[in-house]
Amino acid sequence: MSHLRSQRTAGEAIGSSLKLLAEPAAAFALALLVGGIGILLFSGLVPGHKPFDIGLPIDAYAALIGGVASFDGLTATLVYATPLVLAGLGVAVGFKAGLFNIGGRGQFLMGAVGAMAVATAIGAQAGAWVTIPLALLAGGLLGGVAGFVPGLLKATSGAHEVVTTIMLNYILVFVTYWAISGPLALPRAPQPITADTGNLHASLPILIGRDGNLGIFIALAAVPIMWFLLYRTTIGFEIRAAGANPDAARYGGMKTRQLIVMTMSLAGFMCGLAGAVTLLGVVHQMAPGYDTTIGFDAITVALLARSNPIGVCFAGLLLGAMRAGAQVMQIRAGVPAELVDALQAIILLFLVINVLRRFLARRSGRRPSLPVPALPGTVDATLDAEAAQ
Amino acid sequence: MTRDLTPATPPALEMRGITKRYPGVIANDHIDLDVRRGEIHALLGENGAGKTTLMNVLYGLARPDEGQILLDGKPVTIASPADAIARGITMVHQHFMLVPVLTVADNVILGAETMSNRVFVDRREANRRIAELAARFGFELDPEAKVASLSVGQQQRVEILKALYRDAQILVLDEPTAVLTPQETEEVFALLRRLADDGRSIIFISHKLYEVLEVADRITVIRRGRVIGERLPSATTEGELAELMVGRAVELTADRGVSHVAEPMLLVEKLRVTDDRRHEVVPEATFQIHAGEILGIAGVAGNGQDELVEAIIGLRKPGGGKVTLGGRDVTGFSPRRMNEAGTGYVPGDRHRFGLILQFPIYDNLVLTSYYRRPFARGILRNDRAIQSSAAEQVDKYDIRTPGVGAATATLSGGNQQKVIVAREFDRPLKLLVLDQPTRGLDVGSIEFIHRQIIAKRDAGTAVLLVSAELDEVMEMSDRIAVMYRGRIVAELDGRTASKSEVGLYMATGGHDSEAVAASAADEGKKA
Amino acid sequence: MSGIPEALSALPAIGLVFQFIGYIIANLTIMSHTTVAVAIPITLAALCGVMCERSGVVNIGLEGIMLVAAFVGWMVGVVCVGILGPGDPLPFFGVTAPLLIGLVAAIISGMLISLLHAWLSISLRIDQIISGTIINIGAAGITGYMYSLVSGLSPVGAGAFTQYQVPQGVADIPIVGWLINAILSQGPIGLTCVVIVIFLQIMLFRARWGLRTRAAGEHPRAAETVGIDVIRLRYKNVVMSGALAALGGAWLSMESVGNFNAGITQGRGFIGLAAMIVGRWTPIGAFGAALLFASATALSNSITISPPAGDLGSVMANVPGEFWEALPYIITIVVLAGLIGRSIAPAADGQPYERESAS
Repeated sequence: MSHLRSQRTAGEAIGSSLKLLAEPAAAFALALLVGGIGILLFSGLVPGHKPFDIGLPIDAYAALIGGVASFDGLTATLVYATPLVLAGLGVAVGFKAGLFNIGGRGQFLMGAVGAMAVATAIGAQAGAWVTIPLALLAGGLLGGVAGFVPGLLKATSGAHEVVTTIMLNYILVFVTYWAISGPLALPRAPQPITADTGNLHASLPILIGRDGNLGIFIALAAVPIMWFLLYRTTIGFEIRAAGANPDAARYGGMKTRQLIVMTMSLAGFMCGLAGAVTLLGVVHQMAPGYDTTIGFDAITVALLARSNPIGVCFAGLLLGAMRAGAQVMQIRAGVPAELVDALQAIILLFLVINVLRRFLARRSGRRPSLPVPALPGTVDATLDAEAAQ
Repeated sequence: MTRDLTPATPPALEMRGITKRYPGVIANDHIDLDVRRGEIHALLGENGAGKTTLMNVLYGLARPDEGQILLDGKPVTIASPADAIARGITMVHQHFMLVPVLTVADNVILGAETMSNRVFVDRREANRRIAELAARFGFELDPEAKVASLSVGQQQRVEILKALYRDAQILVLDEPTAVLTPQETEEVFALLRRLADDGRSIIFISHKLYEVLEVADRITVIRRGRVIGERLPSATTEGELAELMVGRAVELTADRGVSHVAEPMLLVEKLRVTDDRRHEVVPEATFQIHAGEILGIAGVAGNGQDELVEAIIGLRKPGGGKVTLGGRDVTGFSPRRMNEAGTGYVPGDRHRFGLILQFPIYDNLVLTSYYRRPFARGILRNDRAIQSSAAEQVDKYDIRTPGVGAATATLSGGNQQKVIVAREFDRPLKLLVLDQPTRGLDVGSIEFIHRQIIAKRDAGTAVLLVSAELDEVMEMSDRIAVMYRGRIVAELDGRTASKSEVGLYMATGGHDSEAVAASAADEGKKA
Repeated sequence: MSGIPEALSALPAIGLVFQFIGYIIANLTIMSHTTVAVAIPITLAALCGVMCERSGVVNIGLEGIMLVAAFVGWMVGVVCVGILGPGDPLPFFGVTAPLLIGLVAAIISGMLISLLHAWLSISLRIDQIISGTIINIGAAGITGYMYSLVSGLSPVGAGAFTQYQVPQGVADIPIVGWLINAILSQGPIGLTCVVIVIFLQIMLFRARWGLRTRAAGEHPRAAETVGIDVIRLRYKNVVMSGALAALGGAWLSMESVGNFNAGITQGRGFIGLAAMIVGRWTPIGAFGAALLFASATALSNSITISPPAGDLGSVMANVPGEFWEALPYIITIVVLAGLIGRSIAPAADGQPYERESAS
């Protein structure tokens, strides 16, 4: 009977992990190719280069990789990756439950506001040991509230979370603006600006190199915690079941409405935590107009990772590396750092088209018979199940 | 019916030797059918006999593997519904193809719009024509009414209007009276006769003997994909038709043994259930099952069985009535509470309620018990316990799979059902509810599951077996109840009842007067 | 925030309301003009959404289409100015060759992106929200990248379309003058938008195209059984609707101002989605909702530029400007949650449709 147990050799584990990686890797490679062609096409617009200069894409990618392949570059990668991993986990857990959390932006901002509020309130008197955990917690909780509202609306009135989270994003942007220029503003500053967390015992300590702050470890710790929650607890089982088949979940006795609310709150918490960590660890201070692109970035990370927490870690590191390298690429090769944003979308495009799968299916003569995943991480849970072992 | 139907001209429609195969089954096996002008021709057969497939072929929704279709004597190929419509063939589907938020007129003209110019629809002309057609065939319909506000009978008339608007010469009606009250049934029959008098041909698909005898000019009986016989209504009886439809009784293969009947374990009293569209599909159900007994509920699908079962299990809230299990009132209990009270459930829609296909087998095996010891302590799952229990069950229930971690979707249908069986059967049960437990399965799996059910019964479980497969009900049940229009209309001894007797109850709801009286009482009770 | 309770408690509320109405009437001409103008891009995005969702396809990539169209319109204008020179503006709407060519290019780009969305959603049956999100991410990324490249070269734009000069007396016509003035004193895209609203409303509910579209969005299987090619219909509608969203984007960079900057859309595509929902998936409803949302912006502008006097002024000064800006989004959530009537989308909205195979 032991042959039926899911014990796998190391070889099998590696083999199936490679299978998991194949599709995203193919998408990534193709996107780089398309990106390279794009750079090539418009190379004339970059100062110092002729049109269709093949040297430019080569220089650009070399700088991109070179920018990462140094101690500073690796540190920068980790710093960029931190909020991406945290928010990515938030979006991924939403996907697992069949929920589309596009509210990362608003939840992130609420996280920053919450953390700043606590820091402003108690930072000066209390020491770092008290202020930092409380600020982080407050940020996460406020982000959780920002996730709770759309979750509750969906569970009770069926209002689709895509639209409510997008709407809430804009509302929260305005709330943030108001908070920074109002209650959180320094009393005697000439222009509205918040306090600096460094002066409030609220900055995260630097642990690696010049910028590598504590947030990195918080993010890295969150990954196994989230994985454990999803795959080793009953709650995680319920979340995944409700996302995969809400009717069967209902028969199994799971309270699907409560799960929706809880999952959206958890997603909000993670994105809020990302905001708090970024504030306390990197930016330290906010001026009116403080904003973020984390909403879409986190979706990219979660999709690339197929909503698997371990995958989120790697995808976050990958995207973080790209952003870190892009800064160097912009300086050395003159290619704007926005290239990464464009590459992001192209990777996703190839990923959802399942290029590898279709190509292989066509080669072997059959039409691709697997249904295209509705939300990655739900239908593709088969691969997840193997990864969980 | 005394319409002169001597074939002086070629029949309006002839289908010769139609054969259609699907993987694993021959849906149509060299079927011959001819329909004359002005004739109402009934296609009679059980669920799954092949009637719908044949009509799909006619309507261009399926391509026959062999055979020919001739219209007015000329061979044709029908490639799509648009093609069929162009040739004057229109189908009125069992599940209406109407857009609820649009008006009657919109629905009727959709696809064949009356235009006032190249762009705009001529509403006025359309309304006029519709009113005219309706009047011509003797019924009234407000072209501007929204379809969602119409009764079921009226909606069906809209479907028929669609056909008339396109000047259909051949109308195919698929189980047209399945959802009608007796009143509405009479009205639609009158309409059909008027259409036939007008020279159109009507193919009437049904399993309801009584109605077929009343309205058809000729009856063709189909069973298991073959034409079994053709009869004139004046030359046959309900009994003969029933026998043709269901065939002779099948050799009992499972040794049922004698059930040891004890106290009533399940008591269902005056249970009332409404469906998702607020129709009262179960006006009143009363029955009981003793421990160690199998009660089989026979009935054509769609007579309220699914809703009844869902109400007992807790997936649906009953509108009234009482359910008692082992002396305890369990009315309205949630699925989990029913489960904890000792109930097992094998759902009819196994992919929807029974399994999470994307999950591994071991997860599905603990779908209803994952939160309890030994599979979890608090919120922590105990993977080792889950896996070893899964391995045991896979062995015990002979589930063919490379490993317990395989995705359930990779299993064959029979093995998927065995996963459900393993999960639900592998503990002492007070009540076991099964809905179509062997639908679509291979013979080996069917045999295995039947044996498991008998074993449960012998161990003292009260078993409720709902099946549209009459053979299965006859073979397995100690007692048989027949469900018709949401009521139990007959209770028979499983050993002594004959198949045609049960078939008769299934198709007619009992003696005419009784059925009519019960249904008339329903008229007043629209939910 | 502490000023409000004080101010309010010192006055009867009725007085405030009257002051508010008086303020609006005094500034009606300007405010109404601004309202209509701000509503234009929102409406065009909403109309694109209406066409798509009525057919059964969810399109949240509206924002991305607008952004790309805004960029392409401006960019092509720059290129044309470089090749043809700025050109002589015609007396009506200040039309020049570069502007016109840029507009056409913008429309084409919008339709191409819609084609991509259609292919992903209809043929590949990918989750429509994901494909829309990818388009948004891609639009932001690609336009951001291209603009970074281009802006360093001091590009000379083609300028902008000018508004129609309404004759002086119109605004003074009693009772409706301000309304006519507000609607007519727009540029070519703005006027086209108003015409399209009416046109689409008529087409959707009186033309054969509209009937078939609505059927495809509510019950595609029923439409298929009467011979309508649902797939083809959806493709055509989605691609055509891309032109509408593109017009909205073009308005931003070619009519409102003659310039482009990254993020010029500022979420107007999403507000357009909201307007579509609040307007219950009808063109006129969407226009009305857009006007409602735009009026909040117009009001907040007006208060900033020429604040009301007296008590009303002191109350208004304490309401954060951000509140008005957030108002459209708050309204949308309230409507969605069913607090002001349920909003019911076309029944088959967002569900990929699989043709019954004749095999």
